[in-house]
Amino acid sequence: MGYQLLNVLVFTLFGVFFVVLTVSILSRLLRPRVRDESEPGKLETYECGEPTIGSSWVRFDIRFYTLALIFLIFDVEVAFLYPWSRVFKTLNQHGFGGFIFLEVLVFLCILMVGFIYCWAKGDLDWLKVKPFMKAAVVKEVPEPDAVEAPDGKEEVAV
Amino acid sequence: MNLFVFTNFFAQTGKDLKNLGDYAEAASTKWGLAEPGVYYEGGLFFAGLIKWLLSTTEVSSALPFAGTVNGLMTSLAADGSIFPELGGLLITIGVVFGFVNVFAIGAVWSERKVSAHMQCRLGPMEVGPHGLLQTVADGLKLLTKEDIIPRLADKPLFAIAPAVVFAGVLMRFVPLPFGDKLIASDLDLGLFFIAAVGAVEVLGVIMAGWASNNKWSLFATIRTATQMVSYEIPIGIAFVTVILCSGSFSLMEIVNQQGGSLLSADDGYTYQGWVWHWNLFRNPFMPILGIVYFIASLAECKRAPFDLPEAESELVSGFHTEYSGMRFALFFLAEYAAMYLVAAVAVVIFLGGWWSGIYPLDALGTGPDATIYTKTLGLLVKVGVFLSKAFALVFVQMWIRWTLPRIRLDQMMYVCWKVLLPISLLCFVGSCLWELVSGGASVFGFGIVVE
Repeated sequence: MGYQLLNVLVFTLFGVFFVVLTVSILSRLLRPRVRDESEPGKLETYECGEPTIGSSWVRFDIRFYTLALIFLIFDVEVAFLYPWSRVFKTLNQHGFGGFIFLEVLVFLCILMVGFIYCWAKGDLDWLKVKPFMKAAVVKEVPEPDAVEAPDGKEEVAV
Repeated sequence: MNLFVFTNFFAQTGKDLKNLGDYAEAASTKWGLAEPGVYYEGGLFFAGLIKWLLSTTEVSSALPFAGTVNGLMTSLAADGSIFPELGGLLITIGVVFGFVNVFAIGAVWSERKVSAHMQCRLGPMEVGPHGLLQTVADGLKLLTKEDIIPRLADKPLFAIAPAVVFAGVLMRFVPLPFGDKLIASDLDLGLFFIAAVGAVEVLGVIMAGWASNNKWSLFATIRTATQMVSYEIPIGIAFVTVILCSGSFSLMEIVNQQGGSLLSADDGYTYQGWVWHWNLFRNPFMPILGIVYFIASLAECKRAPFDLPEAESELVSGFHTEYSGMRFALFFLAEYAAMYLVAAVAVVIFLGGWWSGIYPLDALGTGPDATIYTKTLGLLVKVGVFLSKAFALVFVQMWIRWTLPRIRLDQMMYVCWKVLLPISLLCFVGSCLWELVSGGASVFGFGIVVE
């Protein structure tokens, strides 16, 4: 066990070491220095050639937080399933399979209630439309429908 | 435990071995072939070689400092010395890292070639035969490019983000086998480790995008975080289902079980297995789960059609817009390494690992009359089979990239939460039921005997 974890440690350290070696040592010896005084604008933030307006560290959409919350619950669920699945085969051979399967089924059902609630509430849709708003939205955005041309042929309205 | 086996082995036989063949023979009987459940640890294998070399080589006394050198070698090889183990670790990481680099160079070249030929172009042709050295030339160019850190960026975070991404990907190669008994370290936590450490890469990507202080990077970062965490769940459920069927986290164990039934423990690992012993055909739900895993793995390594994080036409270059030179090259290297990694994990958990599915080919080099030559040949065949399967999956990833258009963010959410997650959960419950009813037999009725 200790030797296995030593492997992980050495791999991690080597990954970091390789980045330091190439970026900070090897590349530093080979690359030219950036001279900000002679080339103004080189170190500016790139926004398609336009001068940057304000900082980029801005607030972003609340919907990402909702998703993060749902993710967290499911990630914890999967994390709990790992040890369960590891012992399932052994316990099944000893005749406890049905019992522990029922247990995990209860666990999954509780989560599924939450998942179905989220789905029904529309939190899994990117464009969340509340039920009472649905009629209004449909009325506001008419779909491009076929209009009857005088000569009887169908034309698509633009 | 392995350390104990190792020390004992050399205490008994270390001095009697005549050559490398003898050593490999003895090592295989001691560690691998005759003892199911004990595999080569890459570090211990090379440690064994180092120890053997140190204890058998003797510098002729005619040379200067012969006594000192011999004494040094004896003390380094003595029991209790950690030099062979550390040296073995370093050689292992050299081999794995070398493979990753060569793969990345080859994969970048073949990606360009595949895309070119799909669009009736030739692709790179100038540097080397058929442009083979193009990637090397590009790497050298990136090494000599100036290092630009934007004035407004968060400099420490900006600098360490590539290291976090790169080390995060490299760590996941520890429990990944490359063939029968070829593995850096057969971690007890294997598959769980791969799933858990996958989050480190997301962390690095978020660090890179946030530290850049660039609006493109920020958009891409939020998208990346959403996408990579969302698709971790179908992948996790696929892993859990495979663990449930195999009863082990270890990737070596999962692959070995797909080799079919263990015929006789006296002959070592003699399996009789065919294609239908692979996990993919283990029960009726596994093929569906395999497809779910493959789609989710595309999203996890940010490949098209899930390449929203680096959508060139709308977000310039996504989270590495501000990165240039060597740091950019490292992101690229990590991305291609992750491509191989998800493909290899798919091969391990669904496609039978190094088993070709043809019993006579798989049985090469096992059994009582196997010589060191047939064993070596068998090992090479297994490595070849494993790598060909993984490369074929990588090719499919490229093929999909140049065939399908990019999907929108809401479509990405829809596919993950409303399609893949319910399907994978149903497959999970279905597999549980199948195991309960069949008692561990596969869909073709062949019991898999492992104890």
